[in-house]
Amino acid sequence: MTALLRTPATAVWVVLITATAMSWTLGTQHGTHDHKLASVIILLIAFIKVRLVGMYFMELREAPNVLRGLFEAYCLIVCTLLVTVFLWL
Amino acid sequence: MPPTTTRPPPAVAAKKIPGEEGVWIFILGDICVFAVFFTYYLVQRSKHVDLFDLSQSTLNKNLGAVNTVFLLVSSLLVVLAVRAMRVAERTLAQRLILGAFLCGVAFIIVKVFEYSERIAAHQIPTTNGFYLLYFVLTGLHLFHLIIGLGVLTALFILARKADLSEHQWAFFEGGACFWHMVDLLWLVLFPLIFLVR
Repeated sequence: MTALLRTPATAVWVVLITATAMSWTLGTQHGTHDHKLASVIILLIAFIKVRLVGMYFMELREAPNVLRGLFEAYCLIVCTLLVTVFLWL
Repeated sequence: MPPTTTRPPPAVAAKKIPGEEGVWIFILGDICVFAVFFTYYLVQRSKHVDLFDLSQSTLNKNLGAVNTVFLLVSSLLVVLAVRAMRVAERTLAQRLILGAFLCGVAFIIVKVFEYSERIAAHQIPTTNGFYLLYFVLTGLHLFHLIIGLGVLTALFILARKADLSEHQWAFFEGGACFWHMVDLLWLVLFPLIFLVR
């Protein structure tokens, strides 16, 4: 079992848990904080997490360039779209 | 004629598609459909910002975060199960898949509790546009998760077999990717609906 845990995916999992805690803290802060900025950071963190799940859990970093590229493009385009709609609509 | 048995594909050899191509057409298609939903949610929010922010404040953010942890743990267990299968640790793989399955069940239990809180407070899909989108989007995700539990059951059955055919290996890896997709969609839905304001 210890040998199985020796994989980059385990380190990525720790990053994902930490990032979740960061987003939760940003999203539950009360008071006069800048909610808009916090929300943009929360969206960016979400798509960094999505990319990490794709690359390391779904093993797309070892996949053919076309498939990996489609996924990377998805992360970039959807993240940009959501941040744009959130800020400018 | 018995199926051709193969050794597990090498983890890092030539670049290869994890699972079958068909699974990836489905996964990419599905996450694109959800991308439309994510965008639609923010467009609707932009039209009723105060209503959405007020309604969002009634959601239990802690339960959403707990469910994120359940799905992240389950995804790691599935990653480890795939690795265990590659080194022929079938019993360990079965236990890991069972652990992932139980995390999925825990997600459903938390979700049912969360929905019952909303319904008890008379915050239902017909209350306003926010609750409609909250129930539809989280409900669609829950539907995917329940299908995912069926997929994990199939992986558990495969992990009990002595040898897997090439096709069965592809199904195993593709099934694992489907479960990760369920995790991935929640990683956007939770912050979008519960946190972004």
